[in-house]
Amino acid sequence: MPKDSGIGAASKRREDLRFLTGGGRYTDDINLNGQTYVYFLRSDVAHGRIKSIDTAAASAMPGVVRIFTGADFEGVGTIPCGWQVTDREGNPMKEPAHPILAQGKVRHVGDPIAAVVAESLSAARDAAEAIEVDIEELPAVIDMKKALAAGAPKVHDDLADNLCYDWGFVEDNRAAVDEAIKKAAHVTTLELVNQRLAPNAMEPRVAVGDYNKGTDESTLYTTSQNPHVIRLLMGAFVLGIPEHKLRVIAPDVGGGFGSKIFHYAEEAFCTFAAKAIKRPVKWTSSRSEAFMSDAHGRDHVTKIELALDKDNNFTAIRTETYANMGAYLSTFAPSVPTWLHGTLMAGNYKTPLIYVNVKAVFTNTVPVDAYRGAGRPEATFQLERVIDKAARELGVDPVELRRQNFVTEFPYQTPVAVQYDTGDYNATMDKLMEMIDRKGFDARAAESKKRGKLRGLGINSYIEACGIAPSQLVGQLGARAGLYESATVRVNATGGLVVMTGSHSHGQGHETSFAQVVADMIGIPENMVEIVHGDTANTPMGMGTYGSRSLAVGGSAMVRATEKIIAKAKKIAAHLMEASEADIELKDGQFSVAGTDKSVAWGDVTLAAYVPHNYPLDEIEPGLEETAFYDPSNFTYPAGAYACEVEVDPDTGKVEIMAFAAADDFGNIVNPMIVDGQVHGGIGQGIGQALLEGVSYDENGQILSASYMDYAMPRADDLPFYKVDHSCQTPCTHNPLGVKGCGEAGAIGSPPAVVNAVVDALNRGGHAVTHIDMPLSPHRVWQAMQG
Amino acid sequence: MYNFDFTRPSSIKDAVAAIGAGGQALSGGQTLIPTMKARLAMPETLVSLTGIQEMKGICTNDAGQICIGAATTHAEVAREVAKSYPALSDLAGHIGDPAVRNRGTIGGSLANNDPSACYPSAVLGSGAIVKTNAREIAADDFFQGMFTTALEEGEIITEVKFPVPQKANYQKFVQPASRFALVGVFVAKFADGVRVAVTGASGEGVFRWTEAEAALSKDFSAAALDGVAAPSADGMISDLHGTGAYRAHLVKVMTARAVAAA
Ligand SMILES: Cc1cc2nc3c(=O)[nH]c(=O)nc-3n(C[C@H](O)[C@H](O)[C@H](O)COP(=O)(O)OP(=O)(O)OC[C@H]3O[C@@H](n4cnc5c(N)ncnc54)[C@H](O)[C@@H]3O)c2cc1C
Repeated sequence: MPKDSGIGAASKRREDLRFLTGGGRYTDDINLNGQTYVYFLRSDVAHGRIKSIDTAAASAMPGVVRIFTGADFEGVGTIPCGWQVTDREGNPMKEPAHPILAQGKVRHVGDPIAAVVAESLSAARDAAEAIEVDIEELPAVIDMKKALAAGAPKVHDDLADNLCYDWGFVEDNRAAVDEAIKKAAHVTTLELVNQRLAPNAMEPRVAVGDYNKGTDESTLYTTSQNPHVIRLLMGAFVLGIPEHKLRVIAPDVGGGFGSKIFHYAEEAFCTFAAKAIKRPVKWTSSRSEAFMSDAHGRDHVTKIELALDKDNNFTAIRTETYANMGAYLSTFAPSVPTWLHGTLMAGNYKTPLIYVNVKAVFTNTVPVDAYRGAGRPEATFQLERVIDKAARELGVDPVELRRQNFVTEFPYQTPVAVQYDTGDYNATMDKLMEMIDRKGFDARAAESKKRGKLRGLGINSYIEACGIAPSQLVGQLGARAGLYESATVRVNATGGLVVMTGSHSHGQGHETSFAQVVADMIGIPENMVEIVHGDTANTPMGMGTYGSRSLAVGGSAMVRATEKIIAKAKKIAAHLMEASEADIELKDGQFSVAGTDKSVAWGDVTLAAYVPHNYPLDEIEPGLEETAFYDPSNFTYPAGAYACEVEVDPDTGKVEIMAFAAADDFGNIVNPMIVDGQVHGGIGQGIGQALLEGVSYDENGQILSASYMDYAMPRADDLPFYKVDHSCQTPCTHNPLGVKGCGEAGAIGSPPAVVNAVVDALNRGGHAVTHIDMPLSPHRVWQAMQG
Repeated sequence: MYNFDFTRPSSIKDAVAAIGAGGQALSGGQTLIPTMKARLAMPETLVSLTGIQEMKGICTNDAGQICIGAATTHAEVAREVAKSYPALSDLAGHIGDPAVRNRGTIGGSLANNDPSACYPSAVLGSGAIVKTNAREIAADDFFQGMFTTALEEGEIITEVKFPVPQKANYQKFVQPASRFALVGVFVAKFADGVRVAVTGASGEGVFRWTEAEAALSKDFSAAALDGVAAPSADGMISDLHGTGAYRAHLVKVMTARAVAAA
């Protein structure tokens, strides 16, 4: 029987009523008294030296309050990077300065040169057009391999070259891997591109800076996935404002997908400028601006080699990846192609030897950072594509080849640092087989053929590391932050609860699922629990939401805080019933004394805590409020098996997805409906990457896909009805809820399924195509068929 | 967007006068308004055509032509000619999304002559007549290359007259991002011959594929195209979404499909 409330129930998302009826309060809904508007004049060339900026005429235009340029930020900090990667030789990565407004040079189309603050946005825009900027255009580097060639133009003049780092992992395995590949019975090699994506959250980024003269306090309202992280980075590293004088509020946020993790120049600008002019300063990104100022995702160029012995056991994997950093290091950029990518190269397989080399490169492009899945989709895509290619070369069944190499015993120590605590990859593959009727494929393919279409089936596994992360481990790996999470549970006198979490919800439904957990633990209705997030003034220091960490880490903190509440409440109940604390049981919101018919209700106890007339004041304090911080001991490892069935129109190259199935193991499930939704959304993004999306630059660094006229987002009719299942559950062994995280799985598991399916369709149609780079647009598929 | 004045005359005469005085015609605004928002156009005065009754609506004249007022929306065309000219209705019904179709107009689309727009192929493929405040222009003379038409400065389209073919069909292969036509082919079979108009493909805008017309006029079947080579890729648009060669190939594929579906 499915439950109708608490953990495991498909409770309706309580936040949707306000989201769907215009009741949300997003950053752009915030308008302060005396507010001004900023417009950023951005570079329209990819690389150039700023010879002069003349703002005289613009400053005199109507409505202009003040114009800022890079010169106003001398002595102010630059945008920091939150992760330091160490290269193969043990040297730190190169870390060029990232000024708030360009200083001396512009380094990508969209790099902000000047900021006009005015009484209205249109006055600011008008004035921006009157700013005279003299830029000496320099040759741009866009292609990563060309950027590394001797004599290439340098993005940063003060660096020796455009190489940010050359990372080897595990460096000590390098020789052994080379040797294993030499000795292998078969080696399959694949070169591929994991293309650059624009994140495209439905809500563009917005920032409102405010300054209170009376208290010397700054407040930033911003579209962020992690307001505390922004407060720390911006306060300590950029503007020098102590955390107690800085409040960051991220109210309702309309999607992030990673792009709203990072600390952006516009946030620091609005906070700085509000203090400078003593008036609120608001910036709202347009969609066009978002294409050139939101951190992009992916952009890896990879060569992967998979070695097999004569029995088709995987013996070694060697990869070489070029990872585009763009023009500056965004907050977590260096970690994505390294620790979030290299550590996942084992996939679901027991390959004993793995070596991953990553060269991170500066180019004259928009900075690249984490985007849904961050590093793990790139790892999964290479691996699951090369395995498919190997199966085709060896003439073996791709599913059997995978099964034969699956990790089956846990815990499993991979050769790439991480240890999988639990999993059952055969179980999800079995489940997938039940879902897709593989036996019936040939009949369906024959039917497609009658209609002139080529049908193909793509199947793959995936694994990811979520619940980021054990602080001590990531500290060793270069993170400049801890990655715990926090929660304060405040019980009110009348029994209702407010949970203040350091996680941040930007569409994930935390207000619903978090309430389910706490209500379930106490045995009270969900509507007695309110979830508060997004404001540094009323939530404990938290690291925010990304990497499918909120339930696994934030939820665990909430469980720990609630456990403390229950422990104290039991003491109070014991006192009220004059019983021993050890005999108190809590069930369905009632405290009772074991073996007796004595009981008091939850509300009696909470009232006693705040009206302590009859209360053990000599033993415990009044009140019922507890905080917990939870630092995980390991990552969690969601995994699963995905299948995609496509039809290709051989005359046009158009791909149609006929069916898509996902069998995931997310451990325990708190709200199956929300999990379905997360998987649906993830698959939508994965299919978007596989078939439609891609940021293209021309060789001069102009973005060719800078609007929806050319950047193809998935629309509802591009997507099939999905079959999703999460009944295979191997609960996480180290967090109290046994949960693993489900936010990114869909985006990680689906691109290889789609590409495997299209390659399969073409091969069945007699085209010996081994690979097509994403997006698999009709044109690319057609070209592949032309040989 | 820059500031502008706005007027909404109720007759063609007043509209022409306002445009003559330096105004710019505004019809559905589905092209012009985004251009203004991007600050790529800065008209001082917008002259809305949507209040002019004589430029709206659809009727059939004595010659059996379907006459569509230039300020008639795509949605109205899709609805009203569903029976009398299904291919045209289908074309109009697949322009953009409902919001675009409920505002965008045939006159605006033709005046703009976007090389990827749908309507120009129907007008050229049907051999329609574009009526303006001053004259009547045959479709063959109206389209003069990408974003260029025979319209004189200050001249506005008031109506479009479509002869109704015996059979017709429009095949649109969409550009994945914009969903304008990557290649669109309008095929119309009349008693005296077949017209094939192609949009989306050529850098010169909509054009007639005369080799296909000749073959189809003899034998109106997809098979009749087997012996016809795809048009030359020279001069075809090459961009992110497809090379000229791909577009040339699609012209033939879409033409065959249009014939089969007509
Ligand atoms: C999201 C989106 C998707 C679209 N998809 C498609 C598509 O799939 N296929 C397609 O064909 N089109 C598409 N369009 C374009 C759409 O059809 C426009 O409506 C059309 O191109 C312009 O018509 P309008 O009435 O909106 O003209 P406006 O934007 O008002 O005007 C366009 C130009 O024509 C001039 N003009 C307007 N009316 C007249 C007239 N009567 N005489 C002389 N000049 C005039 C104006 O001065 C202006 O220069 C799309 C547009 C959008 C926004």
